[in-house]
Amino acid sequence: MINYIWIGLLIIGFIAGIFNGRIDQVTKAAMDSAQSAVVVCFGLLGVMCLWTGLMKVAEKSGLVNLIGRLVRPIMVFLFPDIPKNHPALGAIVMNLVANFFGLGNAATPLGIKAMNELQSLNKDKKTATDSMCMFLVLNTAAIQLIPANIIALRTAEGAKKPADIIVCIWIASICATIMGIIAAKLLSKVWDEKKKARMW
Amino acid sequence: MEFIRSISDFALPAIFLIILAAAVLKKVKAYDLFVDGAKEGIETIIRIMPSLVGLLVAVGVFKASGAMDILIYILRPLIDLLGMPPQVAPLALLRPISGSASFAFVTEIIKTFGPDTFEGRVAAVMMGSTETIFYTLAVYYGAVGIKNIRYTLIAAIMADIISIIASLWACRFVFG
Repeated sequence: MINYIWIGLLIIGFIAGIFNGRIDQVTKAAMDSAQSAVVVCFGLLGVMCLWTGLMKVAEKSGLVNLIGRLVRPIMVFLFPDIPKNHPALGAIVMNLVANFFGLGNAATPLGIKAMNELQSLNKDKKTATDSMCMFLVLNTAAIQLIPANIIALRTAEGAKKPADIIVCIWIASICATIMGIIAAKLLSKVWDEKKKARMW
Repeated sequence: MEFIRSISDFALPAIFLIILAAAVLKKVKAYDLFVDGAKEGIETIIRIMPSLVGLLVAVGVFKASGAMDILIYILRPLIDLLGMPPQVAPLALLRPISGSASFAFVTEIIKTFGPDTFEGRVAAVMMGSTETIFYTLAVYYGAVGIKNIRYTLIAAIMADIISIIASLWACRFVFG
Protein backbone atom coordinates (compact mmCIF):
# COMPACT_ATOMS: atom_id res chain seq x y z
CA MET A 1 0.00 0.00 0.00
CA ILE A 2 2.77 2.43 0.93
CA ASN A 3 4.30 1.71 -2.48
CA TYR A 4 1.23 3.07 -4.25
CA ILE A 5 1.04 6.09 -1.95
CA TRP A 6 4.68 6.94 -2.53
CA ILE A 7 4.46 6.61 -6.31
CA GLY A 8 1.13 8.48 -6.29
CA LEU A 9 2.49 11.42 -4.28
CA LEU A 10 5.49 11.78 -6.60
CA ILE A 11 3.67 11.36 -9.94
CA ILE A 12 0.76 13.61 -8.96
CA GLY A 13 3.26 16.07 -7.52
CA PHE A 14 5.35 16.30 -10.69
CA ILE A 15 2.31 16.49 -12.99
CA ALA A 16 0.60 19.12 -10.81
CA GLY A 17 3.91 20.99 -10.72
CA ILE A 18 4.04 21.08 -14.53
CA PHE A 19 0.43 22.27 -14.85
CA ASN A 20 0.84 24.91 -12.14
CA GLY A 21 4.09 26.15 -13.69
CA ARG A 22 5.99 25.38 -10.51
CA ILE A 23 8.31 22.69 -11.80
CA ASP A 24 11.44 24.54 -10.66
CA GLN A 25 10.06 24.80 -7.11
CA VAL A 26 9.13 21.09 -7.20
CA THR A 27 12.65 20.08 -8.16
CA LYS A 28 14.12 22.29 -5.48
CA ALA A 29 11.70 20.83 -2.90
CA ALA A 30 12.81 17.30 -3.79
CA MET A 31 16.48 18.13 -3.22
CA ASP A 32 15.86 20.14 -0.04
CA SER A 33 13.63 17.43 1.46
CA ALA A 34 16.22 14.72 0.93
CA GLN A 35 18.77 16.92 2.66
CA SER A 36 16.48 17.76 5.56
CA ALA A 37 15.56 14.09 6.16
CA VAL A 38 19.19 13.38 7.04
CA VAL A 39 19.45 16.52 9.18
CA VAL A 40 16.29 15.47 11.06
CA CYS A 41 17.70 12.00 11.73
CA PHE A 42 20.86 13.38 13.25
CA GLY A 43 18.83 15.82 15.30
CA LEU A 44 16.83 12.90 16.71
CA LEU A 45 19.82 10.80 17.59
CA GLY A 46 20.69 12.11 21.04
CA VAL A 47 17.25 12.20 22.63
CA MET A 48 16.29 8.90 21.05
CA CYS A 49 19.35 7.23 22.58
CA LEU A 50 18.57 8.80 25.95
CA TRP A 51 15.13 7.19 26.08
CA THR A 52 15.95 3.81 24.60
CA GLY A 53 18.84 3.65 27.08
CA LEU A 54 16.65 4.57 30.03
CA MET A 55 13.94 2.13 28.99
CA LYS A 56 16.50 -0.66 28.87
CA VAL A 57 17.33 0.11 32.50
CA ALA A 58 13.60 0.03 33.33
CA GLU A 59 13.22 -3.33 31.64
CA LYS A 60 16.15 -4.98 33.41
CA SER A 61 15.36 -3.56 36.84
CA GLY A 62 12.02 -5.34 36.81
CA LEU A 63 9.66 -2.39 36.28
CA VAL A 64 8.21 -3.91 33.14
CA ASN A 65 7.48 -7.15 35.02
CA LEU A 66 5.98 -5.33 37.99
CA ILE A 67 3.51 -3.40 35.85
CA GLY A 68 2.70 -6.61 34.01
CA ARG A 69 1.60 -8.21 37.27
CA LEU A 70 -0.43 -5.17 38.31
CA VAL A 71 -2.55 -5.08 35.15
CA ARG A 72 -3.29 -8.82 35.18
CA PRO A 73 -6.84 -8.40 36.63
CA ILE A 74 -7.78 -6.04 33.78
CA MET A 75 -6.71 -8.72 31.30
CA VAL A 76 -9.27 -11.14 32.69
CA PHE A 77 -12.01 -8.63 31.91
CA LEU A 78 -10.70 -7.89 28.42
CA PHE A 79 -10.07 -11.51 27.46
CA PRO A 80 -12.74 -13.57 29.20
CA ASP A 81 -12.36 -16.54 26.84
CA ILE A 82 -8.70 -17.19 27.72
CA PRO A 83 -8.36 -19.79 30.52
CA LYS A 84 -6.97 -18.23 33.71
CA ASN A 85 -3.44 -19.56 33.80
CA HIS A 86 -2.94 -19.89 30.06
CA PRO A 87 0.43 -18.63 28.71
CA ALA A 88 -1.45 -16.43 26.20
CA LEU A 89 -2.41 -14.01 29.00
CA GLY A 90 1.18 -13.56 30.09
CA ALA A 91 2.40 -12.92 26.55
CA ILE A 92 -0.37 -10.38 25.92
CA VAL A 93 0.41 -8.52 29.15
CA MET A 94 4.11 -8.40 28.38
CA ASN A 95 3.51 -7.19 24.82
CA LEU A 96 1.21 -4.38 25.96
CA VAL A 97 3.60 -3.35 28.73
CA ALA A 98 6.55 -3.42 26.31
CA ASN A 99 4.54 -1.14 24.01
CA PHE A 100 3.74 1.08 26.98
CA PHE A 101 7.46 1.51 27.63
CA GLY A 102 8.19 2.01 23.93
CA LEU A 103 10.34 -1.13 23.72
CA GLY A 104 9.54 -1.73 20.08
CA ASN A 105 12.22 -4.40 19.66
CA ALA A 106 10.80 -6.47 22.52
CA ALA A 107 7.12 -5.76 21.84
CA THR A 108 6.85 -7.36 18.40
CA PRO A 109 8.30 -10.81 19.27
CA LEU A 110 6.13 -10.90 22.40
CA GLY A 111 3.09 -9.94 20.35
CA ILE A 112 3.74 -12.72 17.84
CA LYS A 113 4.19 -15.18 20.73
CA ALA A 114 0.83 -14.00 22.11
CA MET A 115 -0.79 -14.52 18.70
CA ASN A 116 0.61 -18.05 18.52
CA GLU A 117 -0.83 -18.85 21.96
CA LEU A 118 -4.20 -17.39 20.96
CA GLN A 119 -4.14 -19.41 17.76
CA SER A 120 -3.66 -22.59 19.83
CA LEU A 121 -6.99 -21.81 21.54
CA ASN A 122 -8.67 -21.06 18.20
CA LYS A 123 -11.00 -23.65 16.66
CA ASP A 124 -11.19 -22.06 13.19
CA LYS A 125 -7.54 -21.36 12.31
CA LYS A 126 -8.36 -18.95 9.48
CA THR A 127 -10.76 -16.75 11.46
CA ALA A 128 -9.79 -14.33 14.23
CA THR A 129 -11.20 -14.96 17.71
CA ASP A 130 -12.68 -12.23 19.90
CA SER A 131 -9.50 -12.24 21.98
CA MET A 132 -7.36 -11.75 18.87
CA CYS A 133 -9.52 -8.82 17.75
CA MET A 134 -9.30 -7.23 21.21
CA PHE A 135 -5.54 -7.75 21.35
CA LEU A 136 -4.99 -6.18 17.93
CA VAL A 137 -7.27 -3.22 18.69
CA LEU A 138 -5.36 -2.57 21.93
CA ASN A 139 -2.11 -2.70 19.97
CA THR A 140 -3.25 -0.21 17.33
CA ALA A 141 -4.52 2.23 19.97
CA ALA A 142 -1.39 1.67 22.08
CA ILE A 143 -0.78 3.93 25.03
CA GLN A 144 2.85 4.95 25.26
CA LEU A 145 4.46 6.31 28.40
CA ILE A 146 7.15 8.27 26.55
CA PRO A 147 6.68 8.91 22.82
CA ALA A 148 10.46 9.13 22.37
CA ASN A 149 10.55 9.96 18.65
CA ILE A 150 8.00 12.78 18.96
CA ILE A 151 9.88 14.33 21.89
CA ALA A 152 13.15 13.91 20.00
CA LEU A 153 11.69 15.56 16.89
CA ARG A 154 10.36 18.52 18.87
CA THR A 155 13.73 18.86 20.61
CA ALA A 156 15.53 18.84 17.27
CA GLU A 157 13.24 21.58 15.92
CA GLY A 158 13.84 23.81 18.94
CA ALA A 159 10.63 23.47 20.99
CA LYS A 160 10.76 25.45 24.24
CA LYS A 161 9.49 22.48 26.28
CA PRO A 162 9.73 19.44 23.98
CA ALA A 163 7.75 17.20 26.34
CA ASP A 164 4.85 19.57 27.02
CA ILE A 165 2.57 17.61 24.68
CA ILE A 166 2.95 14.40 26.64
CA VAL A 167 -0.24 14.70 28.70
CA CYS A 168 -2.23 15.51 25.53
CA ILE A 169 -0.83 12.33 23.97
CA TRP A 170 -1.84 10.31 27.04
CA ILE A 171 -5.36 11.78 26.98
CA ALA A 172 -5.81 11.11 23.25
CA SER A 173 -4.52 7.54 23.42
CA ILE A 174 -6.54 6.69 26.52
CA CYS A 175 -9.68 7.95 24.71
CA ALA A 176 -8.73 5.86 21.67
CA THR A 177 -8.10 2.78 23.81
CA ILE A 178 -11.44 3.10 25.63
CA MET A 179 -13.23 3.56 22.29
CA GLY A 180 -11.40 0.53 20.91
CA ILE A 181 -12.37 -1.64 23.88
CA ILE A 182 -16.03 -0.57 23.68
CA ALA A 183 -16.12 -1.10 19.92
CA ALA A 184 -14.49 -4.53 20.15
CA LYS A 185 -16.77 -5.66 22.99
CA LEU A 186 -19.93 -4.48 21.22
CA LEU A 187 -18.94 -5.78 17.79
CA SER A 188 -18.04 -9.18 19.24
CA LYS A 189 -21.68 -9.48 20.31
CA VAL A 190 -23.30 -8.44 17.04
CA TRP A 191 -20.78 -9.41 14.35
CA ASP A 192 -21.64 -13.05 13.69
CA GLU A 193 -25.40 -12.54 14.14
CA LYS A 194 -25.28 -9.86 11.48
CA LYS A 195 -23.51 -12.22 9.10
CA LYS A 196 -25.91 -15.06 9.79
CA ALA A 197 -28.86 -12.72 9.22
CA ARG A 198 -27.41 -11.68 5.87
CA MET A 199 -27.01 -15.29 4.80
CA TRP A 200 -30.67 -15.95 5.43
CA MET B 1 -4.70 24.37 31.66
CA GLU B 2 -1.81 25.20 33.98
CA PHE B 3 -2.25 21.99 35.99
CA ILE B 4 -2.01 19.62 33.03
CA ARG B 5 0.95 21.52 31.66
CA SER B 6 2.77 21.13 34.98
CA ILE B 7 2.12 17.36 34.91
CA SER B 8 3.90 17.37 31.56
CA ASP B 9 6.79 19.22 33.17
CA PHE B 10 7.16 16.74 35.99
CA ALA B 11 6.36 13.53 34.08
CA LEU B 12 9.81 12.99 32.60
CA PRO B 13 11.87 13.78 35.73
CA ALA B 14 9.52 11.52 37.72
CA ILE B 15 10.00 8.65 35.25
CA PHE B 16 13.76 9.20 35.40
CA LEU B 17 13.77 9.00 39.19
CA ILE B 18 11.50 5.94 39.37
CA ILE B 19 13.62 4.02 36.87
CA LEU B 20 16.88 4.94 38.58
CA ALA B 21 15.44 4.08 42.00
CA ALA B 22 14.36 0.67 40.68
CA ALA B 23 17.85 0.14 39.29
CA VAL B 24 19.42 0.96 42.65
CA LEU B 25 17.00 -1.34 44.51
CA LYS B 26 17.62 -4.21 42.11
CA LYS B 27 21.36 -3.52 42.06
CA VAL B 28 21.57 -3.74 38.25
CA LYS B 29 24.42 -2.16 36.31
CA ALA B 30 22.40 0.85 35.23
CA TYR B 31 25.07 2.60 33.17
CA ASP B 32 26.02 -0.50 31.17
CA LEU B 33 22.36 -1.18 30.47
CA PHE B 34 21.82 2.43 29.46
CA VAL B 35 24.64 2.30 26.93
CA ASP B 36 23.32 -0.98 25.62
CA GLY B 37 19.82 0.47 25.17
CA ALA B 38 21.13 3.66 23.61
CA LYS B 39 22.71 1.56 20.87
CA GLU B 40 19.23 0.40 19.95
CA GLY B 41 18.30 4.06 19.62
CA ILE B 42 21.06 4.57 17.05
CA GLU B 43 19.98 1.46 15.14
CA THR B 44 16.39 2.74 15.05
CA ILE B 45 17.44 6.12 13.66
CA ILE B 46 19.71 4.56 11.02
CA ARG B 47 16.88 2.21 10.08
CA ILE B 48 14.35 5.02 9.54
CA MET B 49 16.73 7.34 7.65
CA PRO B 50 16.33 5.82 4.15
CA SER B 51 12.54 5.70 4.35
CA LEU B 52 12.47 9.21 5.76
CA VAL B 53 14.51 10.46 2.78
CA GLY B 54 12.13 8.78 0.33
CA LEU B 55 8.98 9.94 2.03
CA LEU B 56 10.06 13.49 2.83
CA VAL B 57 10.93 13.92 -0.86
CA ALA B 58 7.47 12.66 -1.87
CA VAL B 59 5.68 14.91 0.63
CA GLY B 60 7.91 17.85 -0.35
CA VAL B 61 7.15 17.39 -4.06
CA PHE B 62 3.43 16.97 -3.38
CA LYS B 63 3.34 20.17 -1.35
CA ALA B 64 5.49 22.34 -3.59
CA SER B 65 3.49 21.39 -6.70
CA GLY B 66 0.26 22.73 -5.26
CA ALA B 67 -1.31 19.26 -5.21
CA MET B 68 -1.57 19.42 -1.42
CA ASP B 69 -3.71 22.58 -1.68
CA ILE B 70 -6.08 20.75 -4.02
CA LEU B 71 -6.36 17.80 -1.60
CA ILE B 72 -7.06 20.13 1.32
CA TYR B 73 -9.66 21.98 -0.78
CA ILE B 74 -11.47 18.69 -1.47
CA LEU B 75 -11.38 17.68 2.22
CA ARG B 76 -12.43 21.15 3.41
CA PRO B 77 -15.98 20.39 4.67
CA LEU B 78 -14.79 17.53 6.87
CA ILE B 79 -11.79 19.50 8.15
CA ASP B 80 -13.98 22.46 9.13
CA LEU B 81 -16.46 20.17 10.83
CA LEU B 82 -13.72 18.78 13.10
CA GLY B 83 -12.08 22.17 13.64
CA MET B 84 -8.77 20.79 12.41
CA PRO B 85 -6.00 23.04 11.03
CA PRO B 86 -6.29 22.30 7.27
CA GLN B 87 -2.56 21.68 6.74
CA VAL B 88 -2.63 18.92 9.38
CA ALA B 89 -5.56 17.09 7.80
CA PRO B 90 -3.60 14.81 5.41
CA LEU B 91 -1.85 13.37 8.48
CA ALA B 92 -5.16 11.93 9.69
CA LEU B 93 -5.39 9.96 6.43
CA LEU B 94 -1.75 8.90 6.43
CA ARG B 95 -1.35 7.83 10.07
CA PRO B 96 -3.23 4.48 9.98
CA ILE B 97 -1.54 3.50 6.71
CA SER B 98 2.14 4.22 7.18
CA GLY B 99 4.18 5.04 10.28
CA SER B 100 7.22 6.36 8.46
CA ALA B 101 5.17 8.40 5.96
CA SER B 102 3.24 10.06 8.75
CA PHE B 103 6.46 10.70 10.66
CA ALA B 104 7.80 12.45 7.56
CA PHE B 105 4.61 14.48 7.38
CA VAL B 106 4.80 15.52 11.04
CA THR B 107 8.41 16.57 10.45
CA GLU B 108 7.25 18.76 7.54
CA ILE B 109 4.51 20.38 9.62
CA ILE B 110 6.77 21.09 12.57
CA LYS B 111 9.41 22.55 10.21
CA THR B 112 6.81 24.76 8.48
CA PHE B 113 4.86 26.01 11.50
CA GLY B 114 7.30 25.53 14.39
CA PRO B 115 7.00 23.02 17.25
CA ASP B 116 5.24 25.40 19.65
CA THR B 117 2.34 26.36 17.35
CA PHE B 118 -1.13 24.83 17.50
CA GLU B 119 -0.53 23.06 14.17
CA GLY B 120 2.81 21.68 15.34
CA ARG B 121 1.37 20.42 18.59
CA VAL B 122 -1.74 18.82 17.09
CA ALA B 123 0.42 16.99 14.55
CA ALA B 124 2.76 15.76 17.30
CA VAL B 125 -0.13 14.56 19.47
CA MET B 126 -1.87 12.83 16.56
CA MET B 127 1.39 11.09 15.69
CA GLY B 128 2.06 10.05 19.28
CA SER B 129 -1.37 8.80 20.22
CA THR B 130 -2.02 6.11 17.60
CA GLU B 131 -0.27 3.23 15.92
CA THR B 132 -0.13 2.27 12.25
CA ILE B 133 -3.24 0.08 11.96
CA PHE B 134 -2.54 -1.70 8.67
CA TYR B 135 1.03 -2.56 9.60
CA THR B 136 0.06 -3.98 13.00
CA LEU B 137 -2.74 -6.09 11.52
CA ALA B 138 -0.48 -7.37 8.74
CA VAL B 139 2.34 -8.35 11.11
CA TYR B 140 0.27 -10.06 13.83
CA TYR B 141 -2.42 -11.72 11.74
CA GLY B 142 0.13 -12.59 9.08
CA ALA B 143 2.29 -14.33 11.69
CA VAL B 144 -0.38 -16.93 12.47
CA GLY B 145 -2.16 -17.07 9.10
CA ILE B 146 -5.50 -15.49 10.02
CA LYS B 147 -7.44 -14.59 6.85
CA ASN B 148 -10.80 -13.51 8.23
CA ILE B 149 -10.11 -10.59 10.59
CA ARG B 150 -13.83 -10.02 11.33
CA TYR B 151 -14.43 -6.65 13.02
CA THR B 152 -10.78 -5.86 13.93
CA LEU B 153 -10.29 -3.16 11.29
CA ILE B 154 -13.61 -1.45 12.01
CA ALA B 155 -12.94 -1.29 15.76
CA ALA B 156 -9.37 -0.07 15.17
CA ILE B 157 -10.53 2.69 12.82
CA MET B 158 -13.23 3.78 15.28
CA ALA B 159 -10.52 4.09 17.95
CA ASP B 160 -8.36 6.02 15.46
CA ILE B 161 -11.12 8.54 14.70
CA ILE B 162 -11.65 9.12 18.43
CA SER B 163 -7.93 9.67 18.89
CA ILE B 164 -7.90 12.31 16.11
CA ILE B 165 -10.82 14.16 17.71
CA ALA B 166 -9.31 13.79 21.19
CA SER B 167 -5.95 15.12 19.95
CA LEU B 168 -7.61 18.30 18.68
CA TRP B 169 -9.69 18.66 21.80
CA ALA B 170 -6.81 18.02 24.22
CA CYS B 171 -4.48 20.49 22.45
CA ARG B 172 -7.15 23.19 22.42
CA PHE B 173 -7.96 22.54 26.08
CA VAL B 174 -4.37 22.51 27.32
CA PHE B 175 -2.73 25.10 25.05
CA GLY B 176 -5.76 27.22 24.11
